[in-house]
Order: sequence, then structure tokens, then C-alpha cells
Amino acid sequence: MRPLITAIGLLLAWELLAWAAGVPVYILPPPSRVAVVLVERFDLLLEQAAWTATEMILGLVLGLILGAALAVVFAASAGWRRWALPLVIVSQAIPVIAIAPLLVLWLGYGMASKVAMAALVIFFPVVSTLYDGLRRTDSGWLDLAHTMDARPRAVLLQIRLPAALPAFASGARIAAAVAPIGAVIGEWVGASAGLGYLMTQSLARGQAPLAFAALFLLSLLGLALYHVTDWAARRLVPWQSPQGE
Amino acid sequence: MPALSLSVRGARIAFGDRVVTNDLTLDFPGGRTTCLLGRSGVGKTSLLRWLAGLLPGTERAQPLAYMAQRDLLLPWLSIRDNVLLGYRLRGDAAALGAAEPRARHLLSEVGLGHRLGDRPEMLSAGMRQRAALARTLCEDRPVVLMDEPFAHLDAVTRLELQDLAARLLAGRTVVLVTHDPLEALRLGHQVRVLSGTPFRVGPAIEPPGPVPRDPSDPVLLGLQGRLIADLRSAA
Repeated sequence: MRPLITAIGLLLAWELLAWAAGVPVYILPPPSRVAVVLVERFDLLLEQAAWTATEMILGLVLGLILGAALAVVFAASAGWRRWALPLVIVSQAIPVIAIAPLLVLWLGYGMASKVAMAALVIFFPVVSTLYDGLRRTDSGWLDLAHTMDARPRAVLLQIRLPAALPAFASGARIAAAVAPIGAVIGEWVGASAGLGYLMTQSLARGQAPLAFAALFLLSLLGLALYHVTDWAARRLVPWQSPQGE
Repeated sequence: MPALSLSVRGARIAFGDRVVTNDLTLDFPGGRTTCLLGRSGVGKTSLLRWLAGLLPGTERAQPLAYMAQRDLLLPWLSIRDNVLLGYRLRGDAAALGAAEPRARHLLSEVGLGHRLGDRPEMLSAGMRQRAALARTLCEDRPVVLMDEPFAHLDAVTRLELQDLAARLLAGRTVVLVTHDPLEALRLGHQVRVLSGTPFRVGPAIEPPGPVPRDPSDPVLLGLQGRLIADLRSAA
């Protein structure tokens, strides 16, 4: 209830400010204008939102799969870890925004470059949280497995991996929160559809209310993506990190 | 089951400069329960981990089952699958299938026959430790090492689990580490006191009568007083 009251209060203040200060609509449209545009252009907005949502979801799924696979490879093989882990860390030093034009150059203006972009920004949090979880297995469990003559692969897949899933779930939550950034940056750099594309186009044409409506939907998408991921993580990983020492 | 005895000859356990024990020679008679009694920090757990081959650079002498103070049940597996953990981790499907009825039987022996599909978090601490006991027994190894397995339980639950363990472990070579003199006297065919730094092992004390012994037996209580005095003077 409290967040709702806060939101309504802020919207009212914004509305008053826009009227009282006489800020032009193409600079700061009042919420009422944005709401009108949201209703009038709903078909267009919905279509673009569906496009962006698809980019985000595909990017999230791809980034989660690739990140998880690499973390497991790092945990299983010291050779891979020594050669590829520094590379993964160095790759984080390159600003994602700087890579975006290259991805558009290589993968085109379509959806592929945005999916790649989203996957790229979430890749690192996923690898690092899951790899960290895989390294911190409760030593009691590992000792028990040792006295049972467990095979190393069984220990990885049946103990270390499930034990690391709560850490992976945290990584997935972070990923869901940043995946929209990747998709939208991709759309700003070069695209022919999507909410980010709609924003740049409408701002260039002085249609600020439409850009704000797109921004509003973008926020809703980001929130929805986060909460669905959070819900899925809770359902799939009901247990917590290992019991304390 | 062959009653394997366990022998230690001239063993040295040290962590860097800290010597836990030196030139240790010790025999654990086959098919019997030996309780190692000592104060916290004396090195009981180190000895047990050494026997289990869990210390760096050590190899265990023979296949054995290990039960720790914590239940170490995996929270994502059902109680039945936890009891079968060893078979799952060895990846032998035939052995796993063959062990399944055994797991059920053991779980009903420890009073969890109706909780097979439950996850560990749905069980009380005493029930979880009983499931851990069933897992230890399901391994079906001639030697069983136990590290203060009942230390976390309330007094009554502890007595119940001691009775259960004594019944189910009969015939195996058991080494049980504890800081509780009464527990040692109830369960041990032999009780040995560990004391000093590096620790030495006292002579074998053999309380009369079959295990598990009655905790209110005056003979046992007399022995308990003596053991406590031993532990005190050893410091």
C-alpha cells in the first residue's frame, strides 16, 4: 500500500510541476499526457513491447545457459579455469556500450544483436555467482562423499551443483535485473523495432509523451522479468545455502 | 559379516607444528564398539578423521562408514534418497536397485518408515539424526566411525538414539568418539580416555554387561565418577 501512495504522490507532484512551471510538453510531458498517449497508441506500444520482451527473455535464457555451462566447466577442470577465467574477467573491463555497435555490425539490425547484447551483460554475474557457489560446498558433505568412495563427477553433479543452486538463483535475479539494459542499449545503437527504438525515434520527432509511455512500459517489463525470475528461483530452489558449521 | 579389527601402529598426526599425537599404537577389537572419551580439543575428531582417510596425505585402511555430529542430509533429496546416497554417488545402478529394500527396512527400523518421501527440513533434529544413522548403516561396511553423533540432541532423544544405535550396530567394529562419559559407558564394549598434548590413550576400561547399558545402573554411575575424575586430572 505504501509504495502505491508514494507513487501517486510523486505523479501528482510531477503533474503540478509540469503545469505550474510551464515546462514545454516536448521536454517534460505531464503524466496525464503520457497516460493519454499510452491509451491512444496502445497497439503500437504493445507491438514494440512484445518485441523488446522477446529480446530480453531470449537474452536472459541464453546468458543463463552459457554462464551456467561455463561455471560448471570451470569447477570441473582446472585447465579450463586457468586459461579461460582470466579471459572472462578481462572481458568485463570492456564497456558493454562499446561492444554494442560491433554486435550490430556483425549480427545486423534485427533481434540477434540485442539478444547477444543482453546475454553478454548477464553472462558475468551468472558465471561468477555459480562458480563461487560451486567452490563453497559444505566440507562435511564432501568428506561424507569421500568416505563413500564417490566418483568426482557424481560429487559435482549430485552434491556441488545442487548445493550451488541458491547462489545461481541470486545470479539469475541479478541477470533478470540487468538483461533489459543489454536489450535497450542494443536497440539504441541500431534497430528497426522495440521500445528502445521507439524512444529514440519519438524523441527525435519531438514526441516526448510517446517516449515516456515507452519508458513506462520498459520499466513494467523489467519489473515483470525480475519478479517472474525471482518466483521461479524460489520454486525451483526451495532449500537455502548449506547448513552452518 | 566378518568382524574386522582395526589397528593403528606408530601413527603421527600433526597440523604444521601442532602435534596432535605421536607414535600412537592402538587396537580396536573386531565386532565391538570402542568409545574414545576426551575433552573438547584433545584430538578425538582428528584421530577419527585420520582413520577415515580425511586428513591431507592419509589413506584409510579399509572401506568404512562415517557418521558426523551434523546429520549432513542433503536438503534437496528425500529421506530415502539420502539413505541411499552412497549408492547414488558410486553410480552403480544395479547396487542402487538392490539396496533400495534395505534402505526402506532400515528407515522403518529407525522409526521413519512412514517418512520415506519427506525432505530433511520436514523432520525434527532427532529424526534427522536417525535418518543419518540409517544412511550410515545402509552403507553396510564392517567398520563404522562415529564423531559425537548424538551431541546435538536433547537428553531423552539422545538416550533413545543410543539404544537404537547399540542394537543396529551390533556385530560391527565401531569407533565412537564422545565427550560424554555416560554415553561412552552405555555404548562401549571398551572405553578409552584420551588426554594430554600430544594425547595419550589410557588403558581399556570394560564396563560389565551387554550394551546398551542401563544409565541408572550404580556400577555405571560409579565408573562415570571415575572417568570424570580421570578427565579432570588429565588437564
